[in-house]
Amino acid sequence: MRHQVILFALLTLLLGATLWVTSLGKVGIYSTFTYSDLLHSAWAHFKMVFIAVVIATAISVPLGVLVARPVFSPLVLPVIGGANIGQTIPSLAVIAVMAPLLGFGLQSAIVALVIYGLLPILRNAYTSIKSIDPAVIEAAQGMGLTGIQIARRIELPLARPVIMAGIRVSTVITVGTAELAVLVGGEGLGKITLTGVFAREPLIILQGAAPTAAMAIALGLVLELAERRMTPRGLRIEPESF
Amino acid sequence: MIRLENVTKVYPDGTVAVRRVSFEVLKGELCVLLGPSGCGKTTTMKMINRLIAMTDGSIYIDGSDNSTMDETELRRNIGYAIQDVGLFPHMTVGENIETVPALKGWTKAEQRKRAEELLELLRMRPHEYIEKYPRELSGGERQRVGVARALGGDPPVLLMDEPFGAIDPITRLELQNEFLKIQQEIKKTIILVTHDIYEAIKMGDKIALMKEGQLVQYAPPADLLFRPKDSFVAGFVGADRGLKGLQLIRTREVMWKSPPTAHPDEKTEAARKRMKQYGIDRLAVIEPDGKFRGWASASDAQGAGRVKEITKISSVAAGKNAVLSEALSLMLTSGSDVLAVVDQHNRLEGVVTFETIQETMREAVQGGASQ
Amino acid sequence: MTEVYEFVLSHPDMVARWGVDHVTLSLVAMVIAAMLGCTLGVFIAGKGRERLADGVLYLAEIMMTVPSLALFGLLMLLLGYMGLSAIGFVPAVITLIVYGQLPILRNTYTAIRQVDPAVIEAGRGMGMTERQLLFKVKFPLALPVIMAGLRNATVLIVGIAAIAALIGAGGLGVPIFRGLRNARMDLIIIGGVLVSVLALMVDGLLSLLARWMTPRGLGVESK
Repeated sequence: MRHQVILFALLTLLLGATLWVTSLGKVGIYSTFTYSDLLHSAWAHFKMVFIAVVIATAISVPLGVLVARPVFSPLVLPVIGGANIGQTIPSLAVIAVMAPLLGFGLQSAIVALVIYGLLPILRNAYTSIKSIDPAVIEAAQGMGLTGIQIARRIELPLARPVIMAGIRVSTVITVGTAELAVLVGGEGLGKITLTGVFAREPLIILQGAAPTAAMAIALGLVLELAERRMTPRGLRIEPESF
Repeated sequence: MIRLENVTKVYPDGTVAVRRVSFEVLKGELCVLLGPSGCGKTTTMKMINRLIAMTDGSIYIDGSDNSTMDETELRRNIGYAIQDVGLFPHMTVGENIETVPALKGWTKAEQRKRAEELLELLRMRPHEYIEKYPRELSGGERQRVGVARALGGDPPVLLMDEPFGAIDPITRLELQNEFLKIQQEIKKTIILVTHDIYEAIKMGDKIALMKEGQLVQYAPPADLLFRPKDSFVAGFVGADRGLKGLQLIRTREVMWKSPPTAHPDEKTEAARKRMKQYGIDRLAVIEPDGKFRGWASASDAQGAGRVKEITKISSVAAGKNAVLSEALSLMLTSGSDVLAVVDQHNRLEGVVTFETIQETMREAVQGGASQ
Repeated sequence: MTEVYEFVLSHPDMVARWGVDHVTLSLVAMVIAAMLGCTLGVFIAGKGRERLADGVLYLAEIMMTVPSLALFGLLMLLLGYMGLSAIGFVPAVITLIVYGQLPILRNTYTAIRQVDPAVIEAGRGMGMTERQLLFKVKFPLALPVIMAGLRNATVLIVGIAAIAALIGAGGLGVPIFRGLRNARMDLIIIGGVLVSVLALMVDGLLSLLARWMTPRGLGVESK
């Protein structure tokens, strides 16, 4: 609860800073971006993040769940290991290399964000299924639940909170990485920040950076709430130690 | 009810986990699969509900071959309880128990009624537990819910894999006793896997002792103890099988039925005479309505007066279904070598003496050795 | 592809310069971040500092939410107001240090807290001072987890150091940004590939080092 209060305070501060810079109208020799520029960029930023996260989720949740099946255990190392290596590669490199591969444009930006957003979701989807007590699955089988029933009634509810946490982490990272995606033709707040960086004008950097940070925090908060909502009540209880 | 014929399990790597095992469990019987770890007992059990596919042989349940039955249908009619319980942590106790009834398409009301009945049966107050989640339960309570869940769909057959294994010894004893009482009521056909010889003797109508994938001996507990088939069985049941046998024999089987008694208002003189006549030094004193009151001993009965004046009031008595080990421990704690056996209304049924117990054990062990 | 080779062959000194700058920047930031993070981590893991630890770890976590580019920008602003140079090596190092704190802090903290109380009790019972206890018992036992944190932080720092080129700190980000601005694919590839190779190498090296430094008999895989 205390944490949420701090986050809200921070959110207010960041948005206040954004509004303040925007209201200045002119910083040194540069004019600041207008409110409509800002709104437009923020919306484009959000759209890009949203599309990337949705695609990353659509790929990695089924993949992670599948790889966690005993049948596909030989695939664990290549998939999870591969994703781990992918995460080691700096985000800037992943984004930049899209230009020679796919050219400049929104598609490059989104592909890069998807690739970079995959791992947290993939890893969480995999561990969430793996960490289910085998006795629970054995009991379900012994009681005559079919494979689909076990997946739907037992595994998914138990895995959901962990998968949601993966999506949250991925979203927060993607909001930040999306600033760089502008370099290969993406849209969004990165344009403002980078304009400031190239102009070496801190206040304009702030005009792009503050709303980006605010978006990361806000989405993190919203998804944390959703995560808690989607956690089955029986799992919210801290197990007593006997 | 359950018949195994030459059941064999060979794993792809060539290990033979179970080799040509055959036995039959009758309706309402509790059969214990016993043996050291790795002997194939759990594998054997899991082939019954086809959690493990058998390589060869056949298993008949109520006359029909289990390999021809639909897998999920088969499992929904066989209760399954395991050591790690595996309660679904995101479902309440009630929802856990209702799983199979729901799958079977019972109405919501029927499901709830069943869950309440079963909690009642396992001595857990339904209104207190039904909405709780597994994480709010103690280890013993989880085991109970696990058993209740296994009984959910009212299956005629119950498979239990070390169901009392993961809990502390005192709770385990309690649960075993309770489960035996429950079994008296529900009369399911049960196969229970354990490596604990005491549990096997206590719970089993029959014991199937396994070793390295093979069935060594299939017999009632007493036969296993006193007529072991070979040195492996004798070794497994242990050198103290006489002591273990104390758990097998019930007081009603060895007690002195309708022993001489004394009434409180009788003259001590008469009581003394009766003791002499039977060659004993103590008489059980019973009320006119047959209730056990205490003991009158010969040494106190020298003078005149009434029996009630010399009666040492005692409330120590064994039930007629108590096993000899319980009777013995009652004797040891009360410091007496005779023990009254009573029914549930405290009416005297008979008397057990220390010598009787000694004699019974000697006969049993010698009888076994001469085979 | 041939352009890439040609460029490297014709400008080896330039490529080397970027590489060396990148390594220097990361290394300096890493060493300072490690010293700072470990000290702070051990400090907040002390008895009776649970609330402080909670706060510090939370702050570090929030810092991670701030996009790296934004952090560079905010720091420029801050240094500018303080009258310091917002451009070049020093601001870059400061940003990288801030970024590396969370993994180091978190792992050091949990690692120290995780040491079996029975072991500490035993050490105390043998008459060790708190200092000896820290360096002879707690630290060696916590080392694998601390090393994992350092490894995470280093990979992070190497990656973000590429962005530092934007504020004039040099490094492998230079060819990337130059390439992106002028659509010079060869430069993008040189920078992107080299920084990736560097990150993977550092990751592999530190995981080897961690294995080598893990006390024998404690061969558990660190988280």
